[in-house]
Amino acid sequence: MSAEAHDHAHDHAHDHDHEHHHKDTFITKYIFSIDHKMISKQYLITGIIMGIIGVGMSMLFRMQLAWPEESFKIFNFLLGDKFAPNGVMTNDIYLALVTIHGTIMVFFVLTAALSGTFSNLLIPLQIGARDMASGFLNMVSYWLFFTSSCIMVSSLFVESGPASAGWTIYPPLSALPQAIGGSGTGMTLWLVSMAVFIASSLLGSLNYVVTVINLRTKGMSMTRLPLTVWAFFITAVIGIVSFPVLLSAALLLIMDRSFGTSFFLSDIYIAGEVLHYQGGSPVLFEHLFWFLGHPEVYIVILPAMGLVSEIMATNSRKPIFGYRAMIMSILAIAFLSTIVWGHHMFMSGMNPFLGSVFTFTTLLIAIPSAVKAFNWITTLWKGNLQMNPAMLYSIGFVSTFITGGLTGIILGDSTLDINVHDTYFVVAHFHLVMGISALYGMFAGIYHWYPKMFGRMLNKNLGFVHFWVTTVCAYGVFFPMHFIGLAGLPRRYYTNTNFPLFDDLQNVNVLMTTFALVGGAFQLVFLYNFFVSIFYGKRAVQNPWRSTTLEWTAPIKHIHGNWEGEIPHVHRWPYDYSKPGHEEDFVPQNVPMMPGEEELHH
Amino acid sequence: MTSLLVIIVLVLLAVALWQLTKIFDLTQVGAQSNDSQVADDKDNNLQGYLMFAFLGFIYILTIYSLLKWGHLVLHTPASAHGSLVDNLMNITWVLIFTVQTITQALLHYFAFKYRGRKEQKALYFADNNRLEFIWSVIPAIVLAGLILYGLYAWTNIMFVEDDEDTVVVEIYAQQFKWTARYAGDDDVLGKANVRYIDGVNSLGVDMGDKYAQDDKVVTELHLPKGKKVHFKIRSQDVLHSAYMPHFRAQMNCVPGMVTEFAFEPIYTTQEMRDMTFMQEKVANINAIRAKKSTELVAKGEPALDPYTFDYLLLCNKICGSSHYNMQMKIVVDTPAEYKKWLASKPTIVEEVKASAAADAPADAPAKPADTSKMATAVAAK
Repeated sequence: MSAEAHDHAHDHAHDHDHEHHHKDTFITKYIFSIDHKMISKQYLITGIIMGIIGVGMSMLFRMQLAWPEESFKIFNFLLGDKFAPNGVMTNDIYLALVTIHGTIMVFFVLTAALSGTFSNLLIPLQIGARDMASGFLNMVSYWLFFTSSCIMVSSLFVESGPASAGWTIYPPLSALPQAIGGSGTGMTLWLVSMAVFIASSLLGSLNYVVTVINLRTKGMSMTRLPLTVWAFFITAVIGIVSFPVLLSAALLLIMDRSFGTSFFLSDIYIAGEVLHYQGGSPVLFEHLFWFLGHPEVYIVILPAMGLVSEIMATNSRKPIFGYRAMIMSILAIAFLSTIVWGHHMFMSGMNPFLGSVFTFTTLLIAIPSAVKAFNWITTLWKGNLQMNPAMLYSIGFVSTFITGGLTGIILGDSTLDINVHDTYFVVAHFHLVMGISALYGMFAGIYHWYPKMFGRMLNKNLGFVHFWVTTVCAYGVFFPMHFIGLAGLPRRYYTNTNFPLFDDLQNVNVLMTTFALVGGAFQLVFLYNFFVSIFYGKRAVQNPWRSTTLEWTAPIKHIHGNWEGEIPHVHRWPYDYSKPGHEEDFVPQNVPMMPGEEELHH
Repeated sequence: MTSLLVIIVLVLLAVALWQLTKIFDLTQVGAQSNDSQVADDKDNNLQGYLMFAFLGFIYILTIYSLLKWGHLVLHTPASAHGSLVDNLMNITWVLIFTVQTITQALLHYFAFKYRGRKEQKALYFADNNRLEFIWSVIPAIVLAGLILYGLYAWTNIMFVEDDEDTVVVEIYAQQFKWTARYAGDDDVLGKANVRYIDGVNSLGVDMGDKYAQDDKVVTELHLPKGKKVHFKIRSQDVLHSAYMPHFRAQMNCVPGMVTEFAFEPIYTTQEMRDMTFMQEKVANINAIRAKKSTELVAKGEPALDPYTFDYLLLCNKICGSSHYNMQMKIVVDTPAEYKKWLASKPTIVEEVKASAAADAPADAPAKPADTSKMATAVAAK
């Protein structure tokens, strides 16, 4: 049932007779499926569940920040007597919540769910392949992701509490159970979960790369690929390059924790005794961590950029502006992303000369990012914008990407980083530029490809409500946050009440929390829309957005192999919207060039 | 009380949601019933206007934030290099606000202006080399300027010449407190390692080192105005970060290595307290604290102390459960005051001797040597 079998058989008649997808039991169809469309749905739904946990946690600790050490019944209900006696959140669980929120959102939602869902759904459909290069590996990749999610969630229930050394798990804090409770069993589970996660991510990425290189349909040259596929392809490459480094960091940390090695530890006196560690360096861990950690933010944002490019072109009824420049900037970002990690470490104690080098490379990366932003804005210019919820989220993406990206100029400059490093300014910056933006990209993708996934439409009015409340609240939370950061407020403080200096920031915290709670609550609108529409949504037509790419030439009903009959061949690039000389304002990629028709783009 | 509030908020949210859906539904009335769930001209029109309104929201939020919270941002720097940092920061801000204002305006205005209409046809505009060249080169030039300024400042701040006349101070971090050690008259810190930690010698100073003889260990950091202070930073357990926001200074504390930072304080604590902006800030904070105190007293809890400004050293790298309360007061003195203060402090050698003398009669068991500890630590692992 593999994709190659169909391609090489050249026996398309067989595709018709449905012989080969007989006897799909419940288990092979919904659970251990090797069909990329089903796997993509599995990724999405697992990701949504993880997202609910991650966002829920942020609402809890935002409440603690706004009303420090006040009693809330919900704390006691959710966290239990140990972590919230009388409804007052303890400092230990506060750090645990912050840590797990970061881990879940970065890895489980924005890496696995975003890239996993849409790479799986769109790569085969948009390049004209029957399935991924290896359906089996794809299934294994999902189930490893599921396993790692379960391990991560189970770590919430261990007695000493889940990992609480921050999502960056810098040793020695993460290595020594004496230093913080969460560094016991909780951290062990965290590391095991991440190791499994990395295996999942690598299997997935290898599959995406092989599929894009080998299984493109006839006529689908690399410069006719939709930008989504380009983004997923390069994302997978970055993942393959950088995730193994995190795996090595995690393995070395496991050795330090359990087998007494000293890779990251040296000269430690804690709880009244000197530990035996000698000669290791925590800075080494920081290097290894950020060698993944920085590319990771591009692993998160590139797929969102790809989705947004595609959705914007479709809904503007215009070609994406500067298709080749967009590809070049994806490549430039991917390359630069692997040599900027040191900007997270300006204050780590590494040689300041290195700081100069990383400032240089970091500010360089602003150039391709700026090119992309300008190209999106130009794509809107003189378009005929169809304001579907996916389009709103795409415009919202560009807005938050600019707002959040600009403050990167401050953080990437080592001199300015001295005073804003690890303050709320950083939190505001990365939430806007990668957190919120990537979430918008994900929402845009869900609203846009929902008809392809479930054969039904999402309710657009609920979508509009969801978008506007979310977008106002996102700015409401993270815009004021820059100011408290510039006031010098460090992040990861359980309460600021021990510093009278920060008393005047309290009302800002209350305001941000209010926006966060409202914004969080309105995600219920999305959840309602999502789950109800699966069963009761309006039935979709085959190409509801009148789009040019190949996935919309496939039938609504999901079948193994995607297309009945022959795989469509490609005759043009994916952005022939409103091309002069055509009746319709879109020309699908599988439509041959008319006699005398010219390519109008470069 | 809180649960009531929560319920009220939830009810209000539900009402707001219902109203919003209703509004969007109403915009559909009259149109030939379109339930395709694909945006039609009515949607395009309304959403286009909302996009334009959202531009207003961004601008108003920006202006409101600047007016309302602008004063919260750290003000006059108290170190010599601080103005260099703040200057670069301000230049960057001008750039950021300019770009932000223009790009958001274009984005949202285009979203409004070109909102979809049945009869409208989009322009087929796929690329333009000149435009793309322009907006690659302009950021490149602007960023080159920022990079050069940034690197110039960075080099000035971070590299301390060996022959510079500085006061050498060690900052020592542990869960969850700060200690400082002064190098004394020889201006060289004695050797130290966690393996020498013993009783009052909590920093692990090597008592045999000749440079350690005049070292002084204190729990409140005093700095002389107008003299460059060279900090050597250590940690005994986990990562910490020595953050002195008023001095625009920060450096991580890494177990197993000595990190460095240097700056010259230019205002004494008293001078800083007397500045107008600081007096306004402190008055504001005290008003907030007074209000909170009345609430606390009403609940039968003790009132808050009024606040007076002091420079602070904060921990700025997650270091454990009490990370949020790891601080040390910094006092910037005039050189004369500083000298007097330092002279009044005993050296570490004197402290160790005094402690030994006090312990001797009681014959308190001395802490076992480090080697045996190491053995137990290995065994425990």
